[in-house]
Amino acid sequence: MKFGIVRFPGSNCDDDALDVCARVLAPEGAEGRILWHKDHDLGGVDVVILPGGFSYGDYLRAGAMAAWSPIMREVKAFADRGGWVLAICNGFQIACEAGLLEGALTRNASLRFECRDVHVRVEGRPTPFTQAIPAGRVLKMTIAHAEGRYVHPDVDRLEKEGLVVFRYVTADGRVTPEANPNGSVANIAGVTNARGNVVALMPHPERNVEMLLGEGGEDGRRIFESAIAAAAGVPARVGA
Amino acid sequence: MNEPQVTAALAAQHGLSADEFARVQTILGRAPTYTELGIFSVMWSEHCSYKSSRVHLRGMPTTGPRVIQGPGENAGVVDIGDGQAVVFKMESHNHPSFIEPYQGAATGVGGICRDVFTMGARPVALGDALRFGRPDHAKTKTLVGGVVAGIGGYGNSFGVPVVAGDVAFDACYDGNILVNAFCLGVVDADKIWKGTAAGVGNPVLYVGAKTGRDGIHGATMASAEFGEGTEEKRPTVQVGDPFMEKLLLEACLELMQSDCLVGIQDMGAAGLTSSSIEMAARAGNGIELWLEKVPTRETAMTPYELMLSESQERMLMVVHKGREAEALAVFDKWDLDAAVIGEVTGTGRAVVKMDGQLYADLPVDPLTEGLAYERPMREPTYLRELRKFEPSTIVSPPAAELAEAVLAVVGSPTIASKEWVYRQYDHTVRHGTVIRPGSADAGVIRVRTPDGTREKGVAITTDCNARLCYLDPYEGARYAVAEAAANLVAVGAEPLAVTDCLNFGNPERPDIMWQFAECVRGMGDACRALETPIVSGNVSFYNETDGQAIYPTPMIGMVGLMEDARQRTTQHFRKRGAAVAIVGEMQGELGGSEYLAVVHGKVAGRPPRVDLAKVRAANALVLALVRANVLHAAHDISAGGLAAALAECCVGGPEPIGIVGTLAAGNLTPQEILFGEEPGRFVVSYFHEHKEHVEAVLKAHAKVPFHVFGSTGEDAMTLRLGKPKLELDVPLGKLAAAWRTGFTRVVE
Repeated sequence: MKFGIVRFPGSNCDDDALDVCARVLAPEGAEGRILWHKDHDLGGVDVVILPGGFSYGDYLRAGAMAAWSPIMREVKAFADRGGWVLAICNGFQIACEAGLLEGALTRNASLRFECRDVHVRVEGRPTPFTQAIPAGRVLKMTIAHAEGRYVHPDVDRLEKEGLVVFRYVTADGRVTPEANPNGSVANIAGVTNARGNVVALMPHPERNVEMLLGEGGEDGRRIFESAIAAAAGVPARVGA
Repeated sequence: MNEPQVTAALAAQHGLSADEFARVQTILGRAPTYTELGIFSVMWSEHCSYKSSRVHLRGMPTTGPRVIQGPGENAGVVDIGDGQAVVFKMESHNHPSFIEPYQGAATGVGGICRDVFTMGARPVALGDALRFGRPDHAKTKTLVGGVVAGIGGYGNSFGVPVVAGDVAFDACYDGNILVNAFCLGVVDADKIWKGTAAGVGNPVLYVGAKTGRDGIHGATMASAEFGEGTEEKRPTVQVGDPFMEKLLLEACLELMQSDCLVGIQDMGAAGLTSSSIEMAARAGNGIELWLEKVPTRETAMTPYELMLSESQERMLMVVHKGREAEALAVFDKWDLDAAVIGEVTGTGRAVVKMDGQLYADLPVDPLTEGLAYERPMREPTYLRELRKFEPSTIVSPPAAELAEAVLAVVGSPTIASKEWVYRQYDHTVRHGTVIRPGSADAGVIRVRTPDGTREKGVAITTDCNARLCYLDPYEGARYAVAEAAANLVAVGAEPLAVTDCLNFGNPERPDIMWQFAECVRGMGDACRALETPIVSGNVSFYNETDGQAIYPTPMIGMVGLMEDARQRTTQHFRKRGAAVAIVGEMQGELGGSEYLAVVHGKVAGRPPRVDLAKVRAANALVLALVRANVLHAAHDISAGGLAAALAECCVGGPEPIGIVGTLAAGNLTPQEILFGEEPGRFVVSYFHEHKEHVEAVLKAHAKVPFHVFGSTGEDAMTLRLGKPKLELDVPLGKLAAAWRTGFTRVVE
């Protein structure tokens, strides 16, 4: 399975995502390559990753300028055809700015950059990136952002349609204000689109894939492995 | 030419002494032009010339089997095997950070990262050593918030994890905070670039941000004391653009893959002036600049302004003649401004022209090595009085008071948890952080060997207990080096080499100069004994406001190597029922301790004498234990003594775990056992199934005292201390609350 990671000017988790796809998950059949933001060619990849970082320095608004990068036209067309897109952190911000996803990401409630481990619960409708993970499973992942507070004018509809796919919870899976690191509405950590082929989250699954890195654990692997399993035709889990 | 007339008075305003101005005229055989005066004033500023420190720094150990590049380049380079090297340096940004904390600290990070990638290394780890004034000083909260936000704002965007650092508070920093930024990069040992303008006729390229009027005379500002009107110096602080620097990084590393580059240097302090002149000096060449070609973002800039601007995120490079287009294509790909602005000459002179008109024509060598002062030195009179104090005159308090003292020390903002700080720094980007800040005495990142078969670890720590340096600069500096080494072995890394940031007051005062010379002597002795040569560094003088100098603060940044990143230990207790031991000899040294300062309001006494042979032996034992994978926790004992070290072991992890123990230690009183700060000691803990293995390792290190005194468990720190036994009992809830809120109380 070929992952293409878009390198925008100011991306800084592009190398990390590439390392995970091209090295860590190579035994599971993953491959990875970088896609340059000025190009118009996705190089035949199966999954596009919009990585974390500070594209265009986050000047103006996080993700606002990268959303207009030349390659984003191809990424949108790819998504419209049902292509799989995983947007992480700054990638989430870019995806919202580009109209790939609903909602927006605003400044953390603390008004500070927050870097630490959080727990998120997998839920909502099945997507390629979550379908191999049992609904309700709690994953530990690392966040590192200043603008991760998800807002949306009609959260009830999102919930009803099962578009909330990751939610900040305590280690034992409870939704509490303390478990919410940035003030996101309804503790939302990640969402998908109506078709379920574009998935975005603020935590960094690519940083939680190796036990060598100690405290962070390796729960992030589940998200990449889910996509690999989905591509291999493993049936989706049932229900939300 | 429409430049002001150069007079003795104008030279004095530029910070040149009468002697120095006379010397300029002798060198030139005429009066300098205005632009020339500007160039001399920055090149001969303390910040750029090291004129007061140079004679003392000569005694430092700077070589060793692993040293590839010592002081004199943009950063030091040390061999870590497998054809790989680490490039690192620490630098101060004290003056700008006090005036404008966010931008001052941010550009400090930007500058140190440029120093590292200039040499071809991708920056992979940052550290920050910060010193602020009294926690209750009116400015402290704003300064801490601004500096931390500035470091995060730059480093997070640029994309390098902050994995190490420390923060301390003392009244001596009320008017002069310290912001020392450390950066480390990794490079193939045969692909290191230097700042050299070799090859007569080669073109000189300017790359990066456009030049503005910001930061003119920043280096001169950093070479004078603060007093009234300090706030008006705000315009000399530069504004950082981490996005621009990220583009510069990627473009420079890409260009370095080709063979069209000759030499490269960042434009830091004194901007275009020092970068061009230092590059020419290293190659023994001259350089000619055509300033009308420099990209600018303000109109009508004069040659003087262009030469002295400290606009950030700019690089100067020399490429092979005829290969300019290749270089420019790389910069165009990354949307960077670049221009050919001059050429290398064989004249040994720095020539500055604009629109064909000559503005400066100076010999290169006197600019870069012109000055070295042997300033007068005198032992300060305060010392005799302070050293008379005998800590043993303070009676060791009863159990309840001692428990309160433990909480006070553990909750002092210098000792307490710094989570509030490092949570604002991205410390896991580049997915290589093996040990995160707050988990152990040092931060660790992984370095994969080029063939991909092994993961090594590189450990980083920064340290300096300035109170000890104030009471005895020689011993205090030795202590700082010893503590840094202890921090590294506690995680399982072998100490390799040192970078330093020497923060002092006004060197024109004999007592300050004496402090400096003594600290340098102490560092040199300790680094020789521990075989950790000093490969890079920086001197920051004039940390004084209204005649009040900071404590001498020779900050040590030390780097260590783990051959296998899996062989490591963190500091907190993980399980109940594990044995807890002290490595090293208990002496109960309270002089200059955190306990005296926090509980008794006293900065006095004699600091512990550092026995480097014993430090080495203790370090070797701990390193052997960690490498044998038999410890589950290791922590060095330093500020706050055993009490602080044990508290961090108990409450520093995800789940608080207590300790029950009994410690007699000769005739030492309970307060001496708990709060003594003598170096070369560690708390270590192991599970009972590893007992035999631990004992096997101990046999090979029989000379090092190793005393099992308790085990983990229960919900308190329960210690029976001294003879007759005093029972100390501090509930974990209280201990955790003190440690977790001690710092946040200051900043929130």
